[in-house]
Amino acid sequence: MLTALVAVPVIGALLAGFAGEGRGPRVIAALAMAVELGLCLALWLEAGPLFRIGGHGAWLAYESAAWIPRFGIDYQLALDGLSLPLLTLTAALGLVGVGASWTEIRERVAFFHANLLFALAGTVGVFLATDLFLFFVFWEVMLVPMYFLIGIWGHEGRTYAAIKFFIFTQASGLLMLVSILALAFLHADAAGGFSFDYFDLLDLDIGAPLATWLMLGFFVAFMVKLPAVPLHSWLPDAHTAAPTAGSIILAAILLKTGAYGLIRFTVPLFPEAALAFAPVAMALGAASIVYGALLAFVQDDLKRLIACTSISHLGFVLLGVFAWNPWALQGALMQMIAHGVSTGALFLLAGALQERLHTRDMAAMGGLAARAPVLAGFGLFFAVASLGMPGTGNFLGEFLALLGAWQASPLWTAISAAGLVGAAIYALILVQRSFHGEPPADLRPADFDTREIAMMGALAVALLWLGLYPQPVFDLAEPVFATLLTETRP
Amino acid sequence: MTETLVQQLTALLPWLLTAAGAVAVMGAIAIRRHHGAACVVCVAFLGAALVSLWPAAGAAPVDAGPLFRIDAYALFFTGVILAATLLTAILAHGYLARLSVRREEFYLLLPIAALGAAALTAADHLASLFLALETTSIALYGLIAYRRDGRTAIEAGLKYLVLVGVATGLLAFGIALLYAATGELAFDRLGVLTAADINLGDATLSAAILLIVAGLAFKLSLVPFHLWTPDVYQGAPAPVTGFLATVSKAAALAVLLRYLAGAGAYQQAAAMQILLWIAVASMLVGNWLALLQDDLKRLLAYSSIAHLGYVLVPLLAGPAFGAEAAMAYLAAYAAMTLGAFAVITVLAAAPGAREPSAVDEYAGLFWRRPALAGALTVMLLALAGIPLTAGFIAKFYAVAAGVGERLWLPVLVLVAGSAIGLYYYLRVVIVMTRGETGAPSAGRPARAGLLAVAVIVAIVLYLGVYPAPLVEAAATAATALD
Repeated sequence: MLTALVAVPVIGALLAGFAGEGRGPRVIAALAMAVELGLCLALWLEAGPLFRIGGHGAWLAYESAAWIPRFGIDYQLALDGLSLPLLTLTAALGLVGVGASWTEIRERVAFFHANLLFALAGTVGVFLATDLFLFFVFWEVMLVPMYFLIGIWGHEGRTYAAIKFFIFTQASGLLMLVSILALAFLHADAAGGFSFDYFDLLDLDIGAPLATWLMLGFFVAFMVKLPAVPLHSWLPDAHTAAPTAGSIILAAILLKTGAYGLIRFTVPLFPEAALAFAPVAMALGAASIVYGALLAFVQDDLKRLIACTSISHLGFVLLGVFAWNPWALQGALMQMIAHGVSTGALFLLAGALQERLHTRDMAAMGGLAARAPVLAGFGLFFAVASLGMPGTGNFLGEFLALLGAWQASPLWTAISAAGLVGAAIYALILVQRSFHGEPPADLRPADFDTREIAMMGALAVALLWLGLYPQPVFDLAEPVFATLLTETRP
Repeated sequence: MTETLVQQLTALLPWLLTAAGAVAVMGAIAIRRHHGAACVVCVAFLGAALVSLWPAAGAAPVDAGPLFRIDAYALFFTGVILAATLLTAILAHGYLARLSVRREEFYLLLPIAALGAAALTAADHLASLFLALETTSIALYGLIAYRRDGRTAIEAGLKYLVLVGVATGLLAFGIALLYAATGELAFDRLGVLTAADINLGDATLSAAILLIVAGLAFKLSLVPFHLWTPDVYQGAPAPVTGFLATVSKAAALAVLLRYLAGAGAYQQAAAMQILLWIAVASMLVGNWLALLQDDLKRLLAYSSIAHLGYVLVPLLAGPAFGAEAAMAYLAAYAAMTLGAFAVITVLAAAPGAREPSAVDEYAGLFWRRPALAGALTVMLLALAGIPLTAGFIAKFYAVAAGVGERLWLPVLVLVAGSAIGLYYYLRVVIVMTRGETGAPSAGRPARAGLLAVAVIVAIVLYLGVYPAPLVEAAATAATALD
């Protein structure tokens, strides 16, 4: 079942890659992601009793097979209440990504969709892998198709953006590889024999200075992906240059792998080191929140603005994860999902505008509310959601993250809360500059068509559902966080 | 007695068949000059030599006289060397077919060079080391300068001749000093002497080891002995460059590792320290200068300098796990480097094409020849160490060996070097995707060449997805060094 989750996008990618130009690849990709979404929902609805693996966690499903016995490397996938919501997000936003490319991508359609699905397959693998070697393989593999998406179908400056994205993430990934290998050697010293098994490595007892260094290897890799200040500079470039589907996948899904890694690996593997490091990490989170917001409201480029808001929003996740208590973790997870949906929708909107106006410059926009009311209506909804309006998932995420963080560090929580003011400013600037005011005379964009209304409507419903009835997500994740907390805080 | 002789001959089969291949090609040429026939004879004997590795492995380990030791270690490297030579011969057919030179002698020089390289992997004595190294080098002079229709090839051949001559001089001097200091030339005897602390710290001994390492470092094109590499890589015919970058490197590394492990050089702290700095310098200089290249062959030349620097990291880590890591690294490196040059060869061999040199000439290759561009992309990603390719397993091994021995400085330089490396590998990939969708260029490349490329791509991907066979083979072979 878990292998199927990885296999469906891979098979879809291969089929789409050889489906020729035209409609074929689009239909195949959409079908593959629909099946993937169906699988995720089935897993959610059919969730059986929880079980422990190697005495750890609260898992829903597990698969394992020997891969490289010499190093104790297994092909090992496991699913719990943390990965399942993120997988569902991946499948849903993947489907939206295919939809967003329906009219935008006209060249090399087959290769585009193959890359899109390979990137999604890599992310699915990241969320499922519980062997650190396998995790690293997926972690790196998802970069290559993403690199092609930006480098081939991107906008101006795409080569620079694609290479910068790749080097940032790959170089930091290698630091994580060094840490992973050091863990495997420590296991060999302690228990005789290498192991990359997450559940074996959780039991390792690592001395203080070494644990901090190894923890930093993981932390830097995840922080680049998140991204957090000061390692965020690849993100605005990559987002701006990427095609719409690329931006959606990048913002909604890829960034979440960093947050997921912090929760799944950084803190549980090195609980003491992470606890000692928490003040620094929370400070970086607060800095990301404030600095991201500041960056956002000086942008003229619509996509750059949305990209900078991501830095700010994911600062809440960093803050919440290192506060490491039930409220903050639930908040971080909710923020991850809600940010995925709302930012995905905003990039969809930006892509739609660029397709119509051939510009992303907000100075050249204005008055869209009069010319394209449905488009502007959805724009207003998601901009307001992004600033954390109660009733949307974003509000819950930020609120819970702050609530939890307050107990760990009132200072950084207070500073982070100030970032919410920034959010209100940039969201309203976005609405004001692009949708209101006097429309330029030659600006006559078509309004959203049925396909776009369907996608945006579905995302809006999802966001409201997360905000008004979040209990299913909380219930799913609660046992995971409970066991994580008891295991790391003896 | 006869049983030992049979055993020895069985173990020596791969070497004997390679040598017989050279003789057979010579005979075939004497009867009638025919390009295809010469190639087929050469490939057949190399293939037979490759197959004979299995019976040889059954007979190993065997001492073939005092000079050679046929063990799993030698057979591992010989397997890599023979496979690379076989693929080179197949690739060369399409390439040479379009040249206006005498083609048949190429298939004579190739097995001779391979024989020298294979002998080097089994050399257990400084005399056999020298002999085998010279056998390879002399055949390589001819191969590098094979295209007498162009001036660059002659220039490259001459450069290689002069600089390798210097390296050989250093090596011979080192061997002489070592003999003067110890009175021994066999690795194991030298090892015993060093282990017994005789002359340890003696300046003559240290100088001798350094000179020998320097001589081999020339072959491995490690910094600061790398200066010949870019010019020779660029000037030599593409299939020969591929051969030079894989076979000659594999052989030199094999003998260096055996010498270091066998002759007790690991106990010489000063020599190890210098090797460490050679590794660091190679990783940094190779990657740095590769950034500045506009010619793909030169770029790959500098990238190979960096990769040999990476191989030194496990080498420094010591004989047990380090040897295994270095062997796995080299096997993966050979596959991906040969693959990159194979694509260049096939492109050059296509009718109506000339050998592309500048990176910009690869613009739009993805849309003109998607299969070849895809193959080159796989090779470049493998060289960059991306997972699901053999290159990642190599990098994994190198970092693992370094981390295992707490060699933090070289490991961090390796990480930094890989990050730099990404930039120039990806630049080539991006260039290939650039440009308009042109019609596919006229003419199909040679089928045999395409087949060879497909085989290499399959190897690189297979080892990346399921590396267990390579890992097991390297682990078994490395135990032979203890």
